[in-house]
Amino acid sequence: MDNKEANQVVVTAATAEIKPSPSAFRVILREFLKDKVAIVSFVLAVVIMLGCVIWAAFLNHDTIAEVDIMNRYLAPGVNGFVLGTDEGGRDLLPYLVMAARNSIGIGVSVALLNEIIGIFLGTVSGYFGGWIDNIIMRVVDFWMVLPSMLIIIVLVSIVPNYNGVKLVLIMTIFSWTATTRLIRSQVLSQGRRDYVMASKTSGTSNLKIMFGGVLPNISSIIITDLTLTVASSIGIESGLAFLGFGLPNGTPSLGTLIGYATQPEIIIDRWWVWLPAALLLLVLSMSINFVGQALKRAADSRQRRG
Amino acid sequence: MWKTILRRFLVMIPQLILLSVLVFVLAKMMPGDPFTGMITPQTDPKQLDALRAAAGLNDPWWTQYFRWVGNLFQGDLGNSYAYRRPVTGLIGDRAVNTFWLALFTLVISYAISIPLGVIAGRFEDSNRDKAIQVYTFILLAVPSFVFLLFSLLIFGYILDWFPTSGYVSLNVDAGTPAYWLSRFQHILLPGLTAGLLSTSGTIQYLRAGVIDNTNEDFVRTARSKGVPERVVFSKHILRNSLLPIAAFMGNSITGLLGGSIYVETIFSYQGMGQLFISSIGTRDYSVITALTLLFGFLTLLGNLLSDIIMSIVDPRIRVE
Repeated sequence: MDNKEANQVVVTAATAEIKPSPSAFRVILREFLKDKVAIVSFVLAVVIMLGCVIWAAFLNHDTIAEVDIMNRYLAPGVNGFVLGTDEGGRDLLPYLVMAARNSIGIGVSVALLNEIIGIFLGTVSGYFGGWIDNIIMRVVDFWMVLPSMLIIIVLVSIVPNYNGVKLVLIMTIFSWTATTRLIRSQVLSQGRRDYVMASKTSGTSNLKIMFGGVLPNISSIIITDLTLTVASSIGIESGLAFLGFGLPNGTPSLGTLIGYATQPEIIIDRWWVWLPAALLLLVLSMSINFVGQALKRAADSRQRRG
Repeated sequence: MWKTILRRFLVMIPQLILLSVLVFVLAKMMPGDPFTGMITPQTDPKQLDALRAAAGLNDPWWTQYFRWVGNLFQGDLGNSYAYRRPVTGLIGDRAVNTFWLALFTLVISYAISIPLGVIAGRFEDSNRDKAIQVYTFILLAVPSFVFLLFSLLIFGYILDWFPTSGYVSLNVDAGTPAYWLSRFQHILLPGLTAGLLSTSGTIQYLRAGVIDNTNEDFVRTARSKGVPERVVFSKHILRNSLLPIAAFMGNSITGLLGGSIYVETIFSYQGMGQLFISSIGTRDYSVITALTLLFGFLTLLGNLLSDIIMSIVDPRIRVE
């Protein structure tokens, strides 16, 4: 009896000395506190994204797109239009807010959908390996060499009853491959670790190991990838809208406004039509990317600064 | 090595077939057919039906597909109804413009990224390295079309250093030295900007390569033999780090082609990317189909090239 008790004391003493490893949230917080650029970026990204979504909710959607030819191309500040007006005499401030909200909405939807597909296929592929892995990876290999930009543009211009939801789907068709590869490589490296082996030996179901064991361990990588995909999707959506293949006519996006700059008489003389949208996109894209980079460092202990 | 190359060629065949089927399906989804452009109020619908039947448009899809592929091999991609000439010749003219711009972009890209990548890797964690890292992060974070647009605005419009559109001035005669000078002036700004934009990947690869190779055993051996540091760096570290960059060149075709859509649209440069966008606008489907197929084919070819170069320079990845 005495012996057993003594053993227990030793065991508790030993476990007490091992500090629990800091939670993912703490690691991320510490990384951000060390990096002022990341804090500023995070605040900017949150303020812009939430600000546009909330502001847009209070706007009257019918009056924004209303054409008023008496007030065409007014400079900022004239007649009380803070950001001026465009060729249709539309007040550019609420128009810009709507445009930003649409771009952000599309970007976030594509990123979420992309992550769901990527996590599912990547986990299945990396965990099971064998022929399933082979099939999925060959599809990914082929998909990645397709001229995605051209096919997206062709699809956007020929799909019947084209709308925002279809744009999200079309963009996702060409974005899931990179995430699938990333998740697969991570799951592959996790799959050979002791805890997975132990779970397998004790009879835990594959589904439970995959989504209850492996996934939480790569959650920081998923969050990083999600953040970076939001930024790149907003960029792609604005780029498509810039070329004229974004949201359907009448639904503004940041790219639609920037697209006015392709007209030589607007780029210099009527800069207020496109410049605020371009700057907003620039700031938004850069701040989300910098947040993503800080998360990336937090996910990899060798790169941490904090 | 030949086995690897042969195997790689064989892998490309199913990829090409898949690509052609995909493009064919896309082409069939596009509304209209080659005769839609000929419809006038006087056109007899029956006559049009007869024309369609004669052209085989009522055949089952697989017959149409094989006929389409057969025509492809003979270089027949149909006619552009917006330009009223064969698609092959039209794309050929534009491809030359895109080729020069892409080549110049590639030269600029490597001229900037190789020195920067080497400096960043050799002086890891120095202030120079940190500055270069910040530069690559900013390049990655900025949407490319916004970057191109600002470049056009600042250097084309405000400072007026470069022409803002076209691929050649209208007032020079073809073939004269002035003509070639004008063409060069027109690719300067788009090429410089696009080249600058595409540097971040190479810089990061090269930096990581130099850092990894510095810690390799063969570098330590060379140093302990008393090989001068300068030679260790140029012969042992740098050469090994440059190999993957050389192999990666084939892959950069993908990036250049994808980017050409933005670059050529923003700088109104008459290349394939701009032709693609304008053909979507005019619903010139035979041109759209041909360009999609060509871009896909060139991307596959670029990948093939990369893999072959890689198997030549790195014997480890050769398969038996």
